[in-house]
Amino acid sequence: MMKKLTMTAGALFATAMLAAPAPAFAEGTGSATIDAIIKRGELICGVAGNNAMFSLPDSKGVMKGMDSDSCRTVAAAILGDANKVKFVPLTAQNRFTALQSGEVDLIYRSTTWTLGREANLGGLFASVNYYDGTGFLVKASAGVKSAKEMDGATICVSPGTSTELAIADYYRVNNMKFTPILIQDVNEIQNAFLSGRCDAYSTDSSSLASFRFQQGDKAKDLVLLPEIISKEPLGGMVRKGDDKFFDLVRWTFFATLIAEEYGVTQANVDTFMTSNVPDVRRLLGLEGDMGKALGVDNKFAYNAIKQVGNYGEMWERDVTPFGVPRGINNLWTKGGLQYAPPMR
Amino acid sequence: MSAIAPGHHVAQPSREPPPSLIAGPLAWMRTNLFNSWLSTAVTLALGYLVLRMGTSFIQWAFIHAVWTVPMGANGTLDPAACRAAQGVGACWAVIWDKYRFILFGRYPYDQQWRAAIVVVLFIGLFVVSGMRRFWRKELVLIWIGTLTVIGVLMWGGVLGLTYVGQDIWGGLPITLILSTFGLAVAFPLAVLVALGRRSTTMPAVRMLCVLYIELIRGVPLISLLFMASVMFPLFMPEGLNPDKLLRAQVAIILFAGAYLAEVVRAGLQGLPKGQYEAADAIGLGYWRKMGLVILPQALRLVIPPLVNTFIGFFKDTSLVLIIGIFDLLTSGKVAVAEPIWQAYSTEVYIVLALIYFAFCFSMSRYSRGLEREFGKSVRR
Repeated sequence: MMKKLTMTAGALFATAMLAAPAPAFAEGTGSATIDAIIKRGELICGVAGNNAMFSLPDSKGVMKGMDSDSCRTVAAAILGDANKVKFVPLTAQNRFTALQSGEVDLIYRSTTWTLGREANLGGLFASVNYYDGTGFLVKASAGVKSAKEMDGATICVSPGTSTELAIADYYRVNNMKFTPILIQDVNEIQNAFLSGRCDAYSTDSSSLASFRFQQGDKAKDLVLLPEIISKEPLGGMVRKGDDKFFDLVRWTFFATLIAEEYGVTQANVDTFMTSNVPDVRRLLGLEGDMGKALGVDNKFAYNAIKQVGNYGEMWERDVTPFGVPRGINNLWTKGGLQYAPPMR
Repeated sequence: MSAIAPGHHVAQPSREPPPSLIAGPLAWMRTNLFNSWLSTAVTLALGYLVLRMGTSFIQWAFIHAVWTVPMGANGTLDPAACRAAQGVGACWAVIWDKYRFILFGRYPYDQQWRAAIVVVLFIGLFVVSGMRRFWRKELVLIWIGTLTVIGVLMWGGVLGLTYVGQDIWGGLPITLILSTFGLAVAFPLAVLVALGRRSTTMPAVRMLCVLYIELIRGVPLISLLFMASVMFPLFMPEGLNPDKLLRAQVAIILFAGAYLAEVVRAGLQGLPKGQYEAADAIGLGYWRKMGLVILPQALRLVIPPLVNTFIGFFKDTSLVLIIGIFDLLTSGKVAVAEPIWQAYSTEVYIVLALIYFAFCFSMSRYSRGLEREFGKSVRR
């Protein structure tokens, strides 16, 4: 009797295993995620939704920023329509769960690429759409020229962030002391800094530059120190286990870099359709079947550029208005870090 | 029958007005504010403080305030005027620019009239439900009808309205949906759980109810929301993923249910035992005893704590902020995340506070009216 029961249970288990959706190799695009996106008709992209320059709804509720535009390029590449994106605002706490559980297809949530996140959290970083780093902002009246001169300073910083850890490391390495003033709310931190409660305000240098720019004619009273004390490569993250989707997100991003390199913009992309430069022809899907290799239409990059723009255009639209210089986010040909491998 | 029209006085014996030192506002002030040296000093000091703070607030909020800012060269608003007034005057231009985002979140801009109608419908529903002359069975139909209309308006997809997924709902409608559904579903649940906890004949049910109440009350709402938002999706099979808003709604219902159940239980225990025995004596069954005799009296007893819990939960819905749902408070916070407005969060928070106050204060006033109404029968 007992044995029979065990066998029945075993058979049931086996049936359940067989019935579980097996990866489809023969049909579709070869990627379960891309198939699901096509079937659903929209890309679900996890963003921060409260972070200017990356993803923040404007007064009309439309997501603006580098991250949301990066999501749009992926939607344009897969579905041919950059507007078919559902933006899901995620907090720093629930972003990885949302990705792991399949609530979102990918996250572009100003997330720093680290070993721990890639090794432990079941995700892969497909692109770096913003190279950031921790910096210091001080008042010009303090006369400080370098972070090395700030021994004993009080520093306003948001608790629980990588910034807090980076400062602690930096001060330990340089044998200096500092007093952190921990404030959660961004507005509160800025007020505390402006009213003189702390000597320096530290966070990602992009936010510091933007904050300084917003001070208008008082911007010259604030100085961004030259030291960038941590590496914060921010980018898009996908689930492990779907390499084709990973490839697509990665190469969609590279396509926007290649487009900028060759001067292909949203406005002039159609004039390049008669180009005889091989790299451009492959980029725009005129030869080489690049899209097909990725499991999407050969015009995937054309659609992304036509509907969203190349990397430089996204920067102009989303970051330049906040007064942040391009810096290390420039193309490698202009002394920056943004470098795309050849598309061939 | 009197034929004298109102206002037409018959000559009355002339009466001296009461001396102003015994009655009237002056006398009131004398007895309450200036009845001793200490009291006079406190009154003067507090009066000075109130006057100082009041005038500086009025100066900040109205006299030196910046109401609008011009469009800058690059097509965005130029907050230079606000920057100049910073510290002395409020910058209401942030509200002018962002009020629709604060109220309706990411709901599509050209469809926001639908969300506005939903808010009006909710308020209408509250007002109608509050009036005693509508307290009959038809009220349930009114609720079902209105909630259907609200659903149609918010989602659309029928009658030529474009479909709007609940992931981009936001602002005041979300706050109203979360609190209305939360309390409307939690209240019946709470009554059942409270009855279950008092049950003497079904120990298993009583244990379950105690377990539910103590478990939920033992953890903060934030951890329940985290559970619903972060943990729950991991337990579900892939692809089967209830909506985030729904998960938060269920968490709020469960939480409110446990708290309301304890309030209702207090009412049940507050009733004299004689009421139970009287109901038994006339041969009523359990449900009729509860429905006709016990609950009407018990709930009347606990109106103040019930409303207290309602008000608390209306405000607690703002905790969905931490799981990324755009309720009223979140939209306000996101509105001031825009760099040009980052320095003007105070103005936005004041407006949010006024909206919350309007709802909570009306609830509180209404409950006082209700108590007076019910109190009449008791006093009589």
